[in-house]
Amino acid sequence: MKFTRREFIKGGVSAFTVGFAAPAFLSDLALAQGASDRNLVVLYLSGGNDALSMLVPYTDSFYYSRRPTLAVPAGNVLQIGGDSSGKPLGLHPRLTGLKQIYDQGQLALVQRTGYQNSSRSHFLGTDIWSTANPGNATGTGWLGRYLDTLPSPVDPLAGWSTVRELPRTLRSDKVSVPAIPNVAGYALQSPNTGVEATYSRTGLSALASHLPPERPHLSFVNGTAQAALATLDRVGSVATYVPTVPYPNTGLGQAFLAVAGAMVRGIGTKVFWVQTGGFDTHASQGVNQANGAYWGLMNTVNGAVGAFYTDLANHGLLGNTMILQFSEFGRRISENVSTGTDHGAGAVMLAIGGNVRGGLYGTAPSLNPSSPTLENNGNDVRYETDFRSVYAQVIENWLGTNSIPILGGDFRQPTLSFI
Amino acid sequence: MARLAPFVEHLFRRAAFGLTPADRERYAGPYSDRQLIDSLLVYDPGTTDVDARIGTPGHIGVNLGARSSPNTNINQARQRWLFRMVHSPAPLEQRMTLVWHHHFATAYSKIAGVFGAADGARLMAAKPSEDPTGHRGQIELLQQYALGRFDQLLVEISKDPAMLVWLDGRLNFKGTPQENFGRELMELFTVGVGFHTEPDVYAAARVFTGWNLRRTNRGGGNDGTASFEFFYNPAQHDTNAKDFSFPIYPGSNRIPARGADAGIQDGLDLISALAYHPETARRMARRLWTWFVNETKEADESFVSSIAKVYLDSQTNMRTVMRVVLNSPQFADPSNFHQRYAWPAEFVVRSLKEVGFVGFSVSDLLTPMVNMSQQLFEPPDVNGWALGPEWFSTGSMLARMNFASQLATNQRVALRDLARPHRETPEKLVDFVYAALSMPEPAPQEYNAALEYVRAGGAWTGSDTQLLAKSAGLFHLLAGSGEYQFV
Repeated sequence: MKFTRREFIKGGVSAFTVGFAAPAFLSDLALAQGASDRNLVVLYLSGGNDALSMLVPYTDSFYYSRRPTLAVPAGNVLQIGGDSSGKPLGLHPRLTGLKQIYDQGQLALVQRTGYQNSSRSHFLGTDIWSTANPGNATGTGWLGRYLDTLPSPVDPLAGWSTVRELPRTLRSDKVSVPAIPNVAGYALQSPNTGVEATYSRTGLSALASHLPPERPHLSFVNGTAQAALATLDRVGSVATYVPTVPYPNTGLGQAFLAVAGAMVRGIGTKVFWVQTGGFDTHASQGVNQANGAYWGLMNTVNGAVGAFYTDLANHGLLGNTMILQFSEFGRRISENVSTGTDHGAGAVMLAIGGNVRGGLYGTAPSLNPSSPTLENNGNDVRYETDFRSVYAQVIENWLGTNSIPILGGDFRQPTLSFI
Repeated sequence: MARLAPFVEHLFRRAAFGLTPADRERYAGPYSDRQLIDSLLVYDPGTTDVDARIGTPGHIGVNLGARSSPNTNINQARQRWLFRMVHSPAPLEQRMTLVWHHHFATAYSKIAGVFGAADGARLMAAKPSEDPTGHRGQIELLQQYALGRFDQLLVEISKDPAMLVWLDGRLNFKGTPQENFGRELMELFTVGVGFHTEPDVYAAARVFTGWNLRRTNRGGGNDGTASFEFFYNPAQHDTNAKDFSFPIYPGSNRIPARGADAGIQDGLDLISALAYHPETARRMARRLWTWFVNETKEADESFVSSIAKVYLDSQTNMRTVMRVVLNSPQFADPSNFHQRYAWPAEFVVRSLKEVGFVGFSVSDLLTPMVNMSQQLFEPPDVNGWALGPEWFSTGSMLARMNFASQLATNQRVALRDLARPHRETPEKLVDFVYAALSMPEPAPQEYNAALEYVRAGGAWTGSDTQLLAKSAGLFHLLAGSGEYQFV
């Protein structure tokens, strides 16, 4: 039975609610749907990550001539060899943890990802990457559509957004993915304490168990309340998780800590969303100074991902997880008069995990303004790999399902074998 | 607490964010339904300003920190608006303002991203009488036209500086037309999907070339004194004729070529054609059905055709339209009561009115409302909020339950005192709370759940200690229940 939230609105019948998870079998549901134990953590760098500062073409003379202030000196990059065209590349000097992961063969970098006629708008660009639909970037997200392929009813904790606003990527027809920015805050409050508080929870559950077939809308809301009450304990179990290594006290660090806790506790979540902002570096980008803006961004990413990676390794869980990083666009090649960079096109994507085949995928651009690897009159990096090909690889080889219906087309690319 | 007639409670839930106990006493008098409806519709816009009451006793608190700046600080602007929703003597004015904010959904974050936080807040919410340049923020415009003429509101919103940033009208130049505003004007603000074509979008973009924004820096940069005003820039206007798939004038689908100086008339003509398009009238009627009558079933055709006719006959006068809506047989039909999913703003303000607010602060609404997915001045996109069932996820439902707890905890002493006359039996206490929350007749299963809660933990004596725990607990349970999420 396929019954979507949207159809529910139109149809107004009780099927959605009846199929909606009842508490008694929620844990079974989680077990069944979490059977593969695999999960995906999407890391979104919000604002348009400057790919050329993260993955540095340190032998390209145009890189230095076009970025007199912002270029990373060749001697400072963390060299990671060359791409298939032989062009040497290096990571930003602050990404020492990621360099270690790379050396262990578990970090893949996909260069020049994007799509035709790349949007330079944050809003539209993010929506396009989220829906995987450059033609009409509205409606459900690509991972929401993945969740819609799970057997119904879908466990309410199948997806988990660690930020307050549910990202479009996780917008689904069949399951409403909870936004849980703070596991300690995902708890039921009560005006009273002790045993009186347990009476409150019992009372709310009893009220929510009223699912009159003749009132499908009330049943839907009560069913949602039931699901919330039934997931509290699983989320609560995450709040008590004590990691094996310290996590940075940043928003991103704490988000990754919650994800690790959810994995260690085995609560059955399949798709997590974490994000960190500040990448819209139009001015004073500070790539090379320890107190610079971009340096700080790399520090945030490196610290959080590094702690997560080590923590999961200590639990023997690396093989079950994959981090997929994206941003809505790369940035302009030449620095601007404010020693920043404006909105550009081609982006870099990262995949990290125990089953990832590390290495450099795709080829680096030549930053010579007349190079065909550029667009917009040589101002921006032109995409080489459609970002949906990266998604297709993840959907098919990691999540284990057919990517064509989810992406609305066949974007599989055999050479892009990072999993 | 005496209950009012079901229709009266319904009217105030829908059009006024609910009733306070004082409202109940006031409206218990011998008023006809029509008189009560008129009391909501007819107000003098000059007398509805309650901002001066912020910070005075007997009102909900507002947390303005060290410096009161609701014109330049968006969180303070949010608080001021919520204060108005709770206390306005013309609650329908605030309810309509909220409805228009959804209809013309504009998000602060984009404005702030362009002009900075202070000017972003000004463009959204500055009160002209308090702004250094007399700027009228978008929400003040929407309030001014809450029950005004929709055709005039369309013209004003098309020139509104926040809108010019939000839908990029400020970047709409001759030769490089910007489609964003023209597209949404047709798709979302007027006729809707299916009644315009893609070429109409391109033509509309050209119509609004030169409808730009002028920013004049008076002081030293981003200090909240720059002036923002719409200006029509003839040099950037496309003077060629524009063709549409629908009539712009009687018998003509073409906006004629005009000289640049007269070119602003293009936009005015298109707006007028769209405002009076029969499908705009029908779409408005269907939206009003959803916003005020019922969103669990499609609008009655008789309702749509009669409201559409009133809309057109009244020159799009929303006061006239709303008078017919609120007096319609459909609005009065009890089968339509409690058939709308309460927006988070409706839910929290109704809770405050029915549970109590003295000692509470609107600043404590801000995070819960984000968790319920309705942050004022920050709709998710130009389509506004996803209404109805879409408000409800496990997280947002938990946020509603927890807000009910937070409020009941804050009001627990007052709730105990109010409950004292009803302490005799658990049944009386439960009846009292159902009445105070203007809830429908409970189903036996729900009533018994409430009763079981009161009885849990030992024999009922009605002592002050029991009342303190159980009355707050019961308000939490019932305001956090599924039934209370419907208005």
